[in-house]
Amino acid sequence: MRSPKVVTGAAAGFVALSLGLSACGGGDDEGEKGGTGKFDAASTAVVNPSDHKGGVLKMAQPDDFESLDPADIYYAYGLNFVRLFSRNLMTYAAKPGIAGAEMVPDLAEAKGVATDGGKTWTYKLKRGVKYEDGTEIKAKDIKYAVGRTFDRAVLHNGPSYFPQLLDAEGYKGAFKDKNLDNFKGVEVPDDYTVVFKLKAPFSEFDQVVGFSGQTAPVPADKDKGIRYGMHPVSSGPYKLEGDYQPKKGGTLVRNPNWDPATDPNRKQLPDKIEVQSGLKAEEIDSRVIAGTVHVDLPGTGVQAAARQEILTKPKLKGNADNPLAGFHWFIPINTKNIPNIECRKAIIYGADRSAMFRAYGGDVGGEMSTSIQPPNIPGREKGTDFYTKADKTYTGDPAQAKASLAKCGKPDGFSTTMIYRSDRPKEKATAEALKQGLDKIGIKLELKGYPSGTYTNEQLGAPKFMDKEKIGLGTYGWAPDWNTGYGYLQPLTDEKAITPTGNVNVEDLRDPEINKKWNDVAGITDAAQRAKIYNEIDQSAREQATILPNVYAKSLLFRPSNLTNVYFHAGYGMYDYASLGVTG
Amino acid sequence: MVAFIVRRLLGAVGLLLIISAVTFSIFFLVPRAAGVSSDDLAGRFAGKQPDAVTLAAIKDRFGFDDPIPVQYGKYIKAIVVGDTYDTGTEKIDCPAPCMGYSFRTNQPVFDQIVDRTPITLMIALGAAVMWVLAGVSIGVLSALRRGTIFDRMAMAVALAGVSLPVFFTGLLSLAFVVHKWELLPEVNYGGLGDNPFNLLLPWICLAFLYAALYARLTRAGMLETMNEDYIRTARAKGLSEKTVVVKHGLRASLTPIMTVFGLDLGLLLGGAIITEKTFSIPGLGQLALDGVNQSDLPVVLGATMVAALFIVLANLVVDILYGVVDPRVRHS
Repeated sequence: MRSPKVVTGAAAGFVALSLGLSACGGGDDEGEKGGTGKFDAASTAVVNPSDHKGGVLKMAQPDDFESLDPADIYYAYGLNFVRLFSRNLMTYAAKPGIAGAEMVPDLAEAKGVATDGGKTWTYKLKRGVKYEDGTEIKAKDIKYAVGRTFDRAVLHNGPSYFPQLLDAEGYKGAFKDKNLDNFKGVEVPDDYTVVFKLKAPFSEFDQVVGFSGQTAPVPADKDKGIRYGMHPVSSGPYKLEGDYQPKKGGTLVRNPNWDPATDPNRKQLPDKIEVQSGLKAEEIDSRVIAGTVHVDLPGTGVQAAARQEILTKPKLKGNADNPLAGFHWFIPINTKNIPNIECRKAIIYGADRSAMFRAYGGDVGGEMSTSIQPPNIPGREKGTDFYTKADKTYTGDPAQAKASLAKCGKPDGFSTTMIYRSDRPKEKATAEALKQGLDKIGIKLELKGYPSGTYTNEQLGAPKFMDKEKIGLGTYGWAPDWNTGYGYLQPLTDEKAITPTGNVNVEDLRDPEINKKWNDVAGITDAAQRAKIYNEIDQSAREQATILPNVYAKSLLFRPSNLTNVYFHAGYGMYDYASLGVTG
Repeated sequence: MVAFIVRRLLGAVGLLLIISAVTFSIFFLVPRAAGVSSDDLAGRFAGKQPDAVTLAAIKDRFGFDDPIPVQYGKYIKAIVVGDTYDTGTEKIDCPAPCMGYSFRTNQPVFDQIVDRTPITLMIALGAAVMWVLAGVSIGVLSALRRGTIFDRMAMAVALAGVSLPVFFTGLLSLAFVVHKWELLPEVNYGGLGDNPFNLLLPWICLAFLYAALYARLTRAGMLETMNEDYIRTARAKGLSEKTVVVKHGLRASLTPIMTVFGLDLGLLLGGAIITEKTFSIPGLGQLALDGVNQSDLPVVLGATMVAALFIVLANLVVDILYGVVDPRVRHS
């Protein structure tokens, strides 16, 4: 509590403060927070390694999770967070850098065993793993958890891989059909064996059971359906204290029935973890820099003001990391509205990559991209530049662009519409940079901005809208469900992936050869062989000039000095929340 | 007086019905006029790349394919007679006035409003006390010292106050008072269980904005009133200057101030949106803003109706107080 004198002084000085001190912001390093860390150290290694137990880890977010029901979450930071109280059959390895993208056993003793040509996947459970109430986790709990995900009216936020992949035709989900014997997609021959029955082979099923929280066990008698997310039953190192309050927050405390011997992927260091929701993003930055909040939950990086402050103050910069976040900001070119490949090539030839790179913040904002798959994808090859150069000084090739326009039958150029998210300055700047580059060769872009709240569902991600408005290009970024070529590329390039809303195959790519490769690759068990095919698909999509590569996104993350065991996790594209501790 | 109050309350019910219908229409008709389909609406509540099964299930759950009058009818019926809510594992009763369940948080809207109202109430009332005391005092002193340096300075500050929105003074004060100079603690207020002292900064910022307006209003009112014949008569009767100013001058000047105060307080009680957003306080304004940003119709409707209710009630209270403060109203 501050003294009344100080408070009175603050109040009295307020008028003068409001009117006169707006110019006092810059240059003063006095009282600067931060430590003596090394810039970008946590991108590849553990910073502040410590086994110190105790303290309160404080996390904050501007908005809120979709839910805290592990089965009803899709966004990476939520999936990262729920690992604190939920365990899956498989999970990402707790390792810094790209090693974190590997899927390792969690509740399972080992990776899944595929039989029947990849249509049956069997997992053996570790014995003696318990819920927060001390009850042992059994195979039937995992069958029930997977069965819940079939009810898309109740759990509509999470992924729908299980209803799509499992051989359980007609099953309505565990809420509407309470007899689990009717759910044929998962079999539990004994208490410690879970067998998944698929409609067709799917070689990356380990990733499906591990990337989301949908195989986290749920005790049927504790399930509250759509409201289970208020207080999910813990199988991890922490459990909820009371109910989670949406839009406000909640508190996690230690789960005494969690056994670290069964769980090498998580730690249980802080006594408590407090989550505050609804805090403005800029305020979170200020508090993280001050060390009064330890983690900015969304993990996408600091806002513009803090970015400037961090990069210009060495002491703060030493506590910041600038990893490749897993996103690739690229420009999809719609093949329905620009059907001629030569016209699409002209766009790529004419693009001023240098200006577009600067629009995303230059070196701190990202790396110039070549392949569609970002470097965080194991097995990804850098690939060839088609019709462009990943060079910071490259401003386009007007001569080649003109030649392509001539072959396209439009030697004087053409007009098309490009859309972007109007509330994202970097996307607006990118669209403007591209427009200026293309103006020089006669391609006229009409730029239209839309709010990000509707952009991916109702404009760029809605084929009907794209057709109706004749949209040729858009700004876009994509991060995969899981870090393989399948997770990254299949939604972008497979005709089957085209959806009426939330569509990601914005190019409207319907290439029979690529489609066939996607069908075939699902049955290939060798990861290296699959990666080779993914690289071929990546190359083919670029060769057809359906995507203009732009920037592999880098985020600027800040770690206060009192945060321990901090490292960037490639699986989630942010710090690994299940390993963090605090000091002081 | 009782008949007057009953009449006004009945009028309020009618007004709320109209407001709910208008809000409902805006929420549904405007997007549809712009080409948003029920699939698009459902897509707002689905995860990434929703398949057709997911979209159909969401549309069915939220009734997006029902005709709009049917959806509105269900909403009003729930307010009057209550409703039940299917969680998947059980059906929960939502007693009247059931304002529906949030599409996002799955909580009853009424419960959320009840939870958030005291927070907004604390912001509004604390600021109101500050701005009335400061604004009226400065206004009276300015009127009595018309043309002096104090008067000119006070009115200059008042002009600045009216001109500086809360998002400016709020952000500035957070940056300097809280984070740079650390004179006040971070603003953390989540309910009545928290220390109200945490709201000092929001109170000051809001009060600075409103006090300026009240100072100018009071000054104008006092200047007019102090030239009235009855003030001269009061002085001629030998009453003290304090009695003349406070009992005869200020009292008569308060009527227009009370009118404005009723509206201001009602508006703030309905949700001090900018203040709550600037200081990250989970009040009614923040609830409404989240509802709008996330297409959460039940929350938007609930927050709008509560805001309207507060304005109606605040005006009713002001009307009643008119008679208490100004004898001329009572006698007429």
